[in-house]
Amino acid sequence: MALVASIPIRPAAAKPGQILAVSVIALFLAIFLVVPAGTVIYTAFTEKGTGALTIVNFVDFFNTDLFRRSFFNSVYVSGMSVVWASAIALPLAVLTTRFDFRGSLVIQTLGFVPLIMPPFVGAVAMQLLFGRNGTVNLLLNEWFGIRIPFMEGLNGVIFVQSLHYFPFILINLSTSLRNIDRSMEEAAQNLGSSGFRLFRRIVFPLAMPGYLAGASLVFVKVFDDLATPLLLNVKDMLAPQAYLRVTSVGLTDPMGYVISVILIAVSIFAMWLSAVAMRGKDYSTVQRGGGGLSRRKLSRGESVIAYGVVALILLLVLSPHIGLLLLSFATVWSFSPLPDAYTVAHYGRVFGESSLYIKNTLIYASLAGLIDVVIGGAIAYLVLRTKVIGRRWLDWAATAALAIPGVVLGIGYLRTFYGITLPDGTPLATLWVMVVLALAIRRLPYALRACYAALQQVSESLEEAAENLGATKQRTIRRIVLPLMTGGLLAGFVTSFSTAAVELSATLMLIQSNSDAPIAYGLYVFMQSPAGRGPGAALGVIAVILVALCTLLSHYVIERRQKALGTAK
Amino acid sequence: MTMNINSAALAAGPAKAISIRDVNLYYGALHVLKDINLEIQPGEFFAFLGPSGCGKTTLLRLIAGFNNARKGKVVIGGEDVLDMPPWKRDIGMVFQSYALWPHMTVAANVAFGLEERRLPRAEIERRVQAALELVGLKHLADRRPSQLSGGQQQRVALARTIAIEPKVLLLDEPLSNLDAKMRVEVRRELRELQQRLQLTTIFVTHDQEEANTVCDRIAVFNEGSIQQVGTPMGLYEKPANLFVANFLGTANILDGKVAGSGANRNFEVVGGGSIPIPAGTEVPSGAKLVFRPQYATIGSLEPGAVALEGIIAHREFLGATVRYGVRIGAATVLIDAPFHSGDALLEPGAATTLGLKPSSAQWLAN
Repeated sequence: MALVASIPIRPAAAKPGQILAVSVIALFLAIFLVVPAGTVIYTAFTEKGTGALTIVNFVDFFNTDLFRRSFFNSVYVSGMSVVWASAIALPLAVLTTRFDFRGSLVIQTLGFVPLIMPPFVGAVAMQLLFGRNGTVNLLLNEWFGIRIPFMEGLNGVIFVQSLHYFPFILINLSTSLRNIDRSMEEAAQNLGSSGFRLFRRIVFPLAMPGYLAGASLVFVKVFDDLATPLLLNVKDMLAPQAYLRVTSVGLTDPMGYVISVILIAVSIFAMWLSAVAMRGKDYSTVQRGGGGLSRRKLSRGESVIAYGVVALILLLVLSPHIGLLLLSFATVWSFSPLPDAYTVAHYGRVFGESSLYIKNTLIYASLAGLIDVVIGGAIAYLVLRTKVIGRRWLDWAATAALAIPGVVLGIGYLRTFYGITLPDGTPLATLWVMVVLALAIRRLPYALRACYAALQQVSESLEEAAENLGATKQRTIRRIVLPLMTGGLLAGFVTSFSTAAVELSATLMLIQSNSDAPIAYGLYVFMQSPAGRGPGAALGVIAVILVALCTLLSHYVIERRQKALGTAK
Repeated sequence: MTMNINSAALAAGPAKAISIRDVNLYYGALHVLKDINLEIQPGEFFAFLGPSGCGKTTLLRLIAGFNNARKGKVVIGGEDVLDMPPWKRDIGMVFQSYALWPHMTVAANVAFGLEERRLPRAEIERRVQAALELVGLKHLADRRPSQLSGGQQQRVALARTIAIEPKVLLLDEPLSNLDAKMRVEVRRELRELQQRLQLTTIFVTHDQEEANTVCDRIAVFNEGSIQQVGTPMGLYEKPANLFVANFLGTANILDGKVAGSGANRNFEVVGGGSIPIPAGTEVPSGAKLVFRPQYATIGSLEPGAVALEGIIAHREFLGATVRYGVRIGAATVLIDAPFHSGDALLEPGAATTLGLKPSSAQWLAN
């Protein structure tokens, strides 16, 4: 409710606390997001050596065959990944939300599993299962005399990425489907529509916003991903090219920056496109007291088909994990459907050598999660509950981090902070704290959404009641808002923690010494050499278990809290 | 589950008057409260009554400190509170949603305001007990709000508010979340509790029956301004304008124009008929004829009554009365005829004569 300026306003009480909070957050976002990203963009548009503004770098980019090919490869891989991820997610989402299906809970749970492992970890296992001489092709060749090129070149990247990122579509689409009011469907049935036509004409259009949100996220994620193509030895894509230019040619080469700008532009374009497509289509149609879509019982035949499809998809989805588990226990696994023999030696080696990786990961991810929850919670409160100037800008700036790929942020940090040295001569950019900050900035948009959701669940009248009974704003925040937001804040923390724990893009740029490295970096190092694959797989299994345990624990805590609070809000 | 109104452990100070002077409030260009002036007496049970969106809740929240007026004063017990933040005002408010904190027990909810006032532990304990006893919920002190029924939650919200011994009590549609039977029970108890504590109370409602049954006086709101202030009976008998007449009870409104002058004025009803206007009656310009359904007779004329010709449009048998819809020209008026055993009912379509005493009619404008 905007106030009209022409009417004299009763002087509002000064709120120094709010202004201070805005300033501190603004400063943080400026130093660790806006300036590094701005530096990257600025460098891309300046001439090397003279520093004059120019677009010659972009002309060079599109005149170079390799870069043109990389660009089209990246677009192709991202687009195809969306197609395949949709093919996986759509049946799962429809089956679990629209039908009385026994396996719903299993699907919804297993659907999340891919997200808690970095895609590049799965990539190595996928080579062994689906590669030219992997399990599946060996068997196919033996039985039918054919090989299917699942993992050849770009196919491999598409295959691994769509298996990894389909949960984004599954989650968003399922939520949308659940939010469709039963009466929408019943009205259509009442007017004579049923079956697939009903789904195509009513249900899917209503769920479209969720699908688009998920699909654009998948596109952007795949477009920005660095480690998966690198590990699959696909170098002619944009993110790997940016990395290779900066690490091999050097920080002064303009091409790395040009690629970064293109990565940012494509991210923004994809998000803008989905926002435009969704404009005016926020169909949250669940009425008060109304239920979601009715669930239909499957007939016997349909059940068999449904279970078959789901089993096949889940087997596919879990194959990176299965492969990784096998690999972590394998002595030698090459040119055979299964490992030759099994051992636990890799785990022994990993525990000895890599406890440092685990320790670093826990520290970095917890700190990043903590920063995100504090800043996200503060921004959410400032935006939703105050009228302090600049609150919208904080929201936009924090959300803008979505459009900055990890590689770009890493390059930006190197460029911005490399020149600044600590008293002992080490550049600021190589300090481990920088990794934490990069992770925090990268995860902030997601944590911010969680904080918004958490605060929106706290009815404003609960705060007004506290103020009415004599509690100041600060006391109200401490005694009412924070306790009621705990569950949501914890959820935000876990989201940040578990994704930061497996993030590699920015880390790969910023880590200079092995002693500062987190698990994701260690995994990458192990996985690059054939001899490191066993221990690498063992480390991967440990990472998956670690993240899964943390997630489960937080779910348990949140559930218990919700139960204690009851449904009355 | 009745409230223990004999508990006197919560000592309220002398009742405070509320004086609202020239209050205006805008949401952007929208003028939501227009020149509100109101004097509420100490110890009075006062209602803000009006349709949704009329500004009644906005004014209540303004008194509590959750909106800021651009102009005007809100004086409570001789002190202008408009510049105070909500937490300094000592005004108790019961929220429509109750706003009980789900992470606290009933006792902790009630203790909150006392803790914020830094009262000694023993005093807090005593007042929490007293407040819960007052609403008859002492045995549920350790429950969570989610474990209580709607009526119980409402009592907790009330106990939480009166525990701080507020200067005045604000009730925002306190009965709207209760079922019909509870509503009647609770409103009677609210009245008794208010009498017992002698607390100046403002009750916001859109239900005229609630306002009529519990409140001493009522302010009727429409479109951001107060239409009339009066006792329930006064508002019903002498509405100030067409809106009030319509909003409180059922009113028949007939269009027409004034003919003649001085002591010989007549109101010519559109569609036929003429009513002499009693001498001394003020008739505002553009006024319409207003009368209640029970003030006209059907079929027979009482002495002094004027006849209006009409046609029965529909009828509803209500038991003690029969409500006829009678068409006069283009308008349809409702007439309540008492029903006695053996009476024959008039059939729709039949022509009939209405009898109306000019003394029980009124002429009101918008």
